[in-house]
Amino acid sequence: MHWLPVQHLSGGEIMKGIIGKKVGMTQIFDSNGNVIPVTVIQAGPCYVTQVRTAERDGYVAVQLGFGETKPQRLTKGQLGHLHRNNLPALRYLREFRVRDGELDVAEGQEIKVDVFATGERVDVIGTSKGRGFAGTIKRHGFNRQPKTHGQSDRERAPGSVGQNSFPGRTLKGLRMSGHMGSDRVTTENLEVVVIDAERDLLAVRGSIPGANGGIVLIKPARPRRRGK
Amino acid sequence: MNELMQSLVAEDRGHPKIASGDTVKVHVRIVEGDRERIQIFQGVVIRLRKGGNDANFTVRRIASHGIGVERTFLLRSPRVEKIEILRSAKVRRAQLYYLRELRGKAARLKEKRR
Repeated sequence: MHWLPVQHLSGGEIMKGIIGKKVGMTQIFDSNGNVIPVTVIQAGPCYVTQVRTAERDGYVAVQLGFGETKPQRLTKGQLGHLHRNNLPALRYLREFRVRDGELDVAEGQEIKVDVFATGERVDVIGTSKGRGFAGTIKRHGFNRQPKTHGQSDRERAPGSVGQNSFPGRTLKGLRMSGHMGSDRVTTENLEVVVIDAERDLLAVRGSIPGANGGIVLIKPARPRRRGK
Repeated sequence: MNELMQSLVAEDRGHPKIASGDTVKVHVRIVEGDRERIQIFQGVVIRLRKGGNDANFTVRRIASHGIGVERTFLLRSPRVEKIEILRSAKVRRAQLYYLRELRGKAARLKEKRR
């Protein structure tokens, strides 16, 4: 039996990635007149602010910066870090891991949306909308209790959380109320529908995590098994 | 709408300006496999919704056996080939949902002379 060639993290291509801001959702028409629901992302321009190497940092990654801002909004340390490569004041810095030996960017280099192409599949990582302290119905999909039949005040209560004097305690990990949302969420395998390098716009089919204005990371889709 | 999304709005298809109460003929392009044909839907515009690519309008017509049929079209869709305004009516509200409860003579609208 032969071994398959090594699959690269990014699906056989060089490492790609970009930071963007969720603009919002709309719908567009394709050439047949079909409606495609899309999420618009203002992606880039990003700059390579630092390259992490195995020798110095113990891992290989590319640090990208996005979102030009006023210099007085950053600390002197942040400004100094950017100044090394003569970059403008950038508000967001994020790292993208790269396979060793796949590094093909230099510090100070500009990354635009056109690293992606229409029809490509991408994963989008964002921070989901915060739901605050949420009950078990919203948070875990529990069922509601009866509204009638003598019930009062128990409609959205979680029900029993344990048994009897054995085990005499509530089991760890039992799903209860608590903080929900504001999590790092990845939406996988989204189709890139629009690339507009002039306006730094990217649109993917479907929805992505988080509120409008949220910062998202866009990466090539993780290779996955066909079918199903 | 965000100005960045503005660039994704499909171009204006140059249809005449329709309003609630107008009787219109909508020419819809229908794709069946590899064949294409034009179907006409004629009726009264009972609703208009604005909003870039999402802009749409609903047409109500009375089909056979007095069954009301409503169809919503996207104003900027390339499938809407042509819109013809046959007559305009004097109406006093933007959404003519009350027509759903009326039939026959009661469901007539007073024509607006231009």
